[in-house]
Amino acid sequence: MAQLKPGSRWTSSVCDTEVIVVKGPPDEVELTCGGVAMVAAGEEPAAGALDDGASEGTLLGKRYVDDGDTMEVLCTKPGTGSLGADGASLQLKEAKPLPASD
Amino acid sequence: MNLMMLLEMAAGGFGDRVAFGPADGGLTVGELYKRAGAAAAHFRQTDVEHVAMVDVTSIALPISLFGAAWAGLPFVPVNYRLPDEELHSLLDRVAPAVAVVEPSAGSRAVGREGITVLLRPDFLEQVVSSLGSEADWVMDGEETAVLLFTSGTTGEPKAAVLRHRHLVSYILGSVEFMGAGEDEAALVSVPPYHVAGIAAILSNVYAGRRVVHLPTFEPGAWVGLVRSESVTSAMVVPTMLTRIVDYLAAEEPDGPGLPTLRSLSYGGGKMPQPTIERALELFPTTRFVNAYGLTETSSTVALLGPDEHREAVTATDSAIRRRLSSVGRPLPTVEVSIRDDGTELPPGRPGEIWVRGDQVSGEYRGLAARLTEEGWFPTHDGGWLDDDGYLFVTGRIDDVIVKGGQNISPADIEEVLLGHPAVADTAAIGLPDEQWGERIVAVVVLHAGAAATSEDLKEVVRAELRSNRTPDHVAFVDELPYSETGKLLRRVLRDDLAHLGDGSTPRAGDSERQ
Repeated sequence: MAQLKPGSRWTSSVCDTEVIVVKGPPDEVELTCGGVAMVAAGEEPAAGALDDGASEGTLLGKRYVDDGDTMEVLCTKPGTGSLGADGASLQLKEAKPLPASD
Repeated sequence: MNLMMLLEMAAGGFGDRVAFGPADGGLTVGELYKRAGAAAAHFRQTDVEHVAMVDVTSIALPISLFGAAWAGLPFVPVNYRLPDEELHSLLDRVAPAVAVVEPSAGSRAVGREGITVLLRPDFLEQVVSSLGSEADWVMDGEETAVLLFTSGTTGEPKAAVLRHRHLVSYILGSVEFMGAGEDEAALVSVPPYHVAGIAAILSNVYAGRRVVHLPTFEPGAWVGLVRSESVTSAMVVPTMLTRIVDYLAAEEPDGPGLPTLRSLSYGGGKMPQPTIERALELFPTTRFVNAYGLTETSSTVALLGPDEHREAVTATDSAIRRRLSSVGRPLPTVEVSIRDDGTELPPGRPGEIWVRGDQVSGEYRGLAARLTEEGWFPTHDGGWLDDDGYLFVTGRIDDVIVKGGQNISPADIEEVLLGHPAVADTAAIGLPDEQWGERIVAVVVLHAGAAATSEDLKEVVRAELRSNRTPDHVAFVDELPYSETGKLLRRVLRDDLAHLGDGSTPRAGDSERQ
């Protein structure tokens, strides 16, 4: 369990996935990738193996949110695991593009 | 967060796309990444604290911007057209620094203590080398990414501090990664020292949109580049759009227009309504975007989108039609509040525009932070919100005319005058007046061949607005003074036309103005 601060980076313990927190949830959560806890960037990976049930993969540059929309992460490096928080999978967020202004 | 995170993602996602230059033979995102690494290694070898740029916009801009971010050095683009004395004083403030310099300006920066001059051609040659860097940029986001000197009207220019977290938040909040199609190209004609010039690099790299640079704006060259490079989007300041529209009307009355141009965004000053109406006619398939932002807010905080433009221009409801002169609604990641001495005002009431959001810096080097404890940035811009949250910007609060104790917004008078068919451009200013505090002077540029008298123009204002806003004097001039980036220089006007005041208490001593 950890407090996900906006701007903090997390790496997968079982694949290449890296995310940055865009919006942090109010409470501590366990962020997972491939079913195994993600760790703060630069830290040793947690023990465990990729869970087949969480292996749809992550897509570069896509945003992922929880059901209640309390948190949002951005995938900065893609991998084979899929993301979850406290056991529930995170969903790909639909893009609502703004018109280009610069 | 670091600007390099954006480039690394882009290089990982679409490294083969052309990022800058012609579709055929331009610099790809992957090559830009490599050159930024080489630039970082080079910057680190020279023991400096800043990377300055004294140059027009070129391929050297993205390379040195990202290279500086990689090396952990603030990037400081400086206006290359400044007189020597001002240029030197700005460079002295960032020494020790390495300065990437336009060849013809090189001699002007040489010999300043603590400034290592790197001529652009030499710099571009150096970064092609195999010299590289580990991906070792600092990710905490607190480091200063960019320092921009704001065009202060008096005293020393202030250095606005934009940290990595401000600029990255802006990009993540407003741009979709690889959101651009492979055929898209953006034409950028704002200089590197303008916040939009920096934002254009970051947002287009992240969106995967190729950037074509026009180093020095000229309407014919701009139109030519749109055609030769099949440009799909562009950003202009109001004076540029006025000149483009005039150019097309004069040179190509029955021309082919600009069919590739899908999107045109404008900002950086008040757009005369006749210009935007003519542009909407000239470019019937182009989607228009009006963006409002400040240096201290990492560029755009509010925008009026394409559908809102077309809806407004065809509306019969005057409240909706009026939105054409608004700057639209705040970005989803930004809050806007209208305040009077800190108290929030309801819709319809004019006050000072305050903004809040992760992209908002409001910080200047060496000065106390301007943000309030709750994170609001008082912009010094006046404005109001309509019932649906559309933001209308009326101009700098310092430009408000105070006549007989009444606050009068120059924008109100200017809008009415621009509605007169003979008026091409105008500015309303306040000049000292013993009896009233200030008198209203309307400075007017007439269209070539058109005629209007002072009395005609005063009458137009009197009929539309209350009589206390009627100009006391109308001064006809050939042109108004604008900065290179399209800002009307009201202080220059006030100085030039000082003889139209009565020489009483100068503005600076006016106790009513905060």
